[in-house]
Amino acid sequence: MTSPKVISRKTSSKDLDQDYRWGFVTDIESETAPKGLSEDVVRFISQKKEEPEWLLEWRLKAYRHFLTIQDKEPDWAMIKYPKIDLQDMHYYSAPKKQGDGPKSMDEVDPELIAAFDKLGIPIQEQKKLAGVVEEEGEPGEEDGVRPPGAPSQVAVDAVFDSVSVATTYQKMLEEHGVVFCSVSEAVKRVPEIVKKYLGSVVPYTDNYYAALNSAVFSDGSFVYIPKGVRCPIELMTYFRINTLDSGQFERTLIIAEDSSYVSYLEGCTAPMRKSHQLHAAVVELVALDNAEIKYSTLQNWYPGDKEGKGGVYNFVTKRGKCQGVNSKISWTQVETGSAITWKYPSVILQGDNSIGEFYSVALVNNHQQADTGTKMIHIGKNTKSTIVAKGISAGKGQSTYRGLVQILPTAENATNFTQCDSLLVGDKCGAHTVPYIEVRNPTARMEHEASTSKVSDDQLFYCQQRGLDQEEAHYVIINGFCRGIFKELPFEFAMEASQLLKVSLEGTVG
Amino acid sequence: MASNNGAKQPLLEVRDLHVVVAGTNTEILKGVDLTVNLGEVHAIMGPNGSGKSTLVNVIAGRPDYEVTSGEVLLHGQDVLAMLPEVRAREGMFLAFQYPLELPGVRPWQFLKAAVDAVRKHRGETEVSAREFDQMYKAAAIEMGLKPELAKRAMNEGFSGGEKKRNEMVQLALLNPKLALLDETDSGLDIDALKTVAEAVNNRRGPERSILLVTHYQRLLNYIKPDFVHVLVSGRIAVSGGPELAHELESKGYDWVKETAAAG
Repeated sequence: MTSPKVISRKTSSKDLDQDYRWGFVTDIESETAPKGLSEDVVRFISQKKEEPEWLLEWRLKAYRHFLTIQDKEPDWAMIKYPKIDLQDMHYYSAPKKQGDGPKSMDEVDPELIAAFDKLGIPIQEQKKLAGVVEEEGEPGEEDGVRPPGAPSQVAVDAVFDSVSVATTYQKMLEEHGVVFCSVSEAVKRVPEIVKKYLGSVVPYTDNYYAALNSAVFSDGSFVYIPKGVRCPIELMTYFRINTLDSGQFERTLIIAEDSSYVSYLEGCTAPMRKSHQLHAAVVELVALDNAEIKYSTLQNWYPGDKEGKGGVYNFVTKRGKCQGVNSKISWTQVETGSAITWKYPSVILQGDNSIGEFYSVALVNNHQQADTGTKMIHIGKNTKSTIVAKGISAGKGQSTYRGLVQILPTAENATNFTQCDSLLVGDKCGAHTVPYIEVRNPTARMEHEASTSKVSDDQLFYCQQRGLDQEEAHYVIINGFCRGIFKELPFEFAMEASQLLKVSLEGTVG
Repeated sequence: MASNNGAKQPLLEVRDLHVVVAGTNTEILKGVDLTVNLGEVHAIMGPNGSGKSTLVNVIAGRPDYEVTSGEVLLHGQDVLAMLPEVRAREGMFLAFQYPLELPGVRPWQFLKAAVDAVRKHRGETEVSAREFDQMYKAAAIEMGLKPELAKRAMNEGFSGGEKKRNEMVQLALLNPKLALLDETDSGLDIDALKTVAEAVNNRRGPERSILLVTHYQRLLNYIKPDFVHVLVSGRIAVSGGPELAHELESKGYDWVKETAAAG
């Protein structure tokens, strides 16, 4: 069981952009590796995390591979940014353990509490997440009393600057044999499982950022659902980048054994910084026979200011493998943050009758750029994939859907349905759709639909004539556009997603 | 017929209104004068292209037009200085000739937001979900709108008649002081026409005025206006009582054009 690690935290209000509500900087004393990338840094990280030899070896292999491709940063995406200096950032930053954390919730950042409240996290669990130091034996620590109106339970793992600080609801999860902890902890608790699956879906040779991540990843969440278990509560990781000039390289690994089910959520925020922060995560999912993994993301990394200064570069590799027969992996993402989003949550449909789904809303505003989509690789017989991607471009935002549907010769009777819709707000933004379809089996059935529309003046006038102002009217129309995606999200998350859209659009119209 | 025998209280006043298509010199309204007192029902008739739809749309604030001179007052307040949503919150409602589709937007949520916007403007609290639910159901039943349409998106996939009935649902919910009905009768079958007319008649009263635009006399068989105005080439050519509509029916618009030219 994770003992709540102790961190102290204060809100610093200077430099905050009013528009970005999550822009508080958490004042944590942290232990940070010197800037720069080297074999020494890789060894430093591994040593800090007290890792076994095999993992250090794996990291070093990844690092050596990275050295061979370090000049080959991917350049095919429709995004523009100055070259990232990998030597000018920190690769490890962990909160220092110390005894003087906040003594009560009164001392904890109210924004953080508000975020947890929205997710319906009980107060006792919130204390753990916020690192509140309490006397031993507080009643109700494990069960946690839910606040009235909280619709369901969520177990949360909070990751600050790539290090997991606390994971809640351990006891309940353990009773079901579910392992939900940080990757570092998993390496100690269930080393065989980590060793078996780490890099099995996204090998370090996969791409530039995956290689970098494999060498220097500092933490992330690990989930293991045993055979036949339906995980009783939603599992959630709350990611936050905090330290200045630090890259965040977390790694998530989820394994669902035969006939198991899990719904996993991730929420991401970052403080406002004038410089860019790199976030290069890797997520691997494995679903065995008859297993189902539902993975939902609300990505709200700091998008930069109105002039495009600052903001997170989000270069993420997410992939799931439907390894077993009748398995199912479903990605749902709502992307409103980051200066640049480069991410393609994909599914390898290996098991016969397996199902892959991708539901996405990507909103870009001001100078944000998003190149996002999915890959559905059909290998097994009767495999089925569904892609519904909604892109919203406002301000000077540029949004690209890029997707690959590949039907391999072995994939008898595979089917795919793809729908890509773009909505433009204003006349300075752009939307692009780049679908790739490769069919190597004649029994495949493919459907592709695409549309581009603009919020019309007539629609706006109609809403205004009913009493809504321009901003509310845009919000209503855009929310309607996204409805098909929001219904795929767990209820609390759908509310949050809708709210995020509203905040992201503030000040752009009218 | 005025609201009562006492002093008439003007709700809507249009004074020498000149309007062009935005960004052009094409003048559509060439000096319209009109006063609608509280409690009155006025019908604007006229041949195609005479500017009757333009008139109600300009009053509601549609951005496609530009007012070059003249004024529009609601309760004595300058309407032209108000944003369209403020006009709506002040009690003006336009039933659209071509109601817009809002993909994915559920009527229930949309109309609750609209009702709340008006209430907020009046300093009232938001309507509770339960109360609104009852209001919405009652309105849908009155207007003969199938309940399952509430589960669809606003006007999406609605038939022409369903769209018009949906406009009437909104009229009922928003309960305006001034209802502008833009060719609400076009594209309606006789049953729908009767429902719409009955709904409008039910809303006649001393606190509400109705300005309806129609090309045909047919609607006026069911809604008896207090006054009829005939708009020809951007001006009101002739005004009169309900009998004027019948005269038009038998003599046609050419008769008004000739009269206007002779006058």
